[in-house]
Amino acid sequence: MKFFKFFLIVIILLPLSSVNSEGNDKRNEITKNLRCLICQGQSVYDSDSEFANSLKIVVDKKLQEGLSEDQIYEYFKTKYGEWILYDPGLNKNTYILWLLPILIFLIGGAIIFKSFIVKK
Amino acid sequence: MKNKILPFLVIIIFGIIFFIFYKGLEDSKIYTPDVNTKKDIPVFNTKEFFSGENVNSSSIFELDKVYLLNIWSSWCVPCRQEHPLLMNLNLEDNLNIIGMNYKDNLKNAESFLKELGNPYKQIFIDLDGTIAIEWGAYGVPESFLIYNNEIIKKYIGPLNQELVDEINLFIK
Repeated sequence: MKFFKFFLIVIILLPLSSVNSEGNDKRNEITKNLRCLICQGQSVYDSDSEFANSLKIVVDKKLQEGLSEDQIYEYFKTKYGEWILYDPGLNKNTYILWLLPILIFLIGGAIIFKSFIVKK
Repeated sequence: MKNKILPFLVIIIFGIIFFIFYKGLEDSKIYTPDVNTKKDIPVFNTKEFFSGENVNSSSIFELDKVYLLNIWSSWCVPCRQEHPLLMNLNLEDNLNIIGMNYKDNLKNAESFLKELGNPYKQIFIDLDGTIAIEWGAYGVPESFLIYNNEIIKKYIGPLNQELVDEINLFIK
């Protein structure tokens, strides 16, 4: 009987712990992409500063409200600007960052094409 | 002819890349908040400092009045510095100073006000720092000049005489 009770408790608690970890996973994933503004070079996930701790609470709250990951990023962007995101979107300050690899790839490809394939 | 264009092109491209990265070195690596853009004030629920009653932000900020929201804490040393300036600003009739007590122990906060005076018309509590994030703040002290439910200007760090003069100019 004791064993049965124990078994029952384990069965009840198991899915709960996995639900909780799922929420935490999502939170960790988001906070890793957020820059801690008062501790340079650290993400919110890594930091233990007052600001980062509050930010983690806000991310939890927003997840509970049912906001998606992108909506949460957008929310922080309106509050603090693009700087808070580690993964900047395409805009007038970052277009070179995005287009340069493509440009280099195309030019490099053209050089290879010219010097190897056309010569043959 | 073709062979001459190619090295020339490569040099130009590398030149451009060098220029971009060189320019990038000049950019600040420290977060520089946007202090001048007008933004609507956030809506939030909180508790009143002295009574502990629940309040909604819409009952704190009224239209057509100038407010200075000051984020403070008893453990914050620069807040002590700027407190006399807030006491002076409180003498202005056109300005309502609202306090946001940030992550503080209420007893310590009360003795802070007893010791240095209370310049605030109303104080509300931000126990876990989440309301400060709604405001786009990231530390203490920080002050927001508000008119018609819009943030006119943000002051990061303690106020000084120069900034107080600027606020005085705005309310006159």
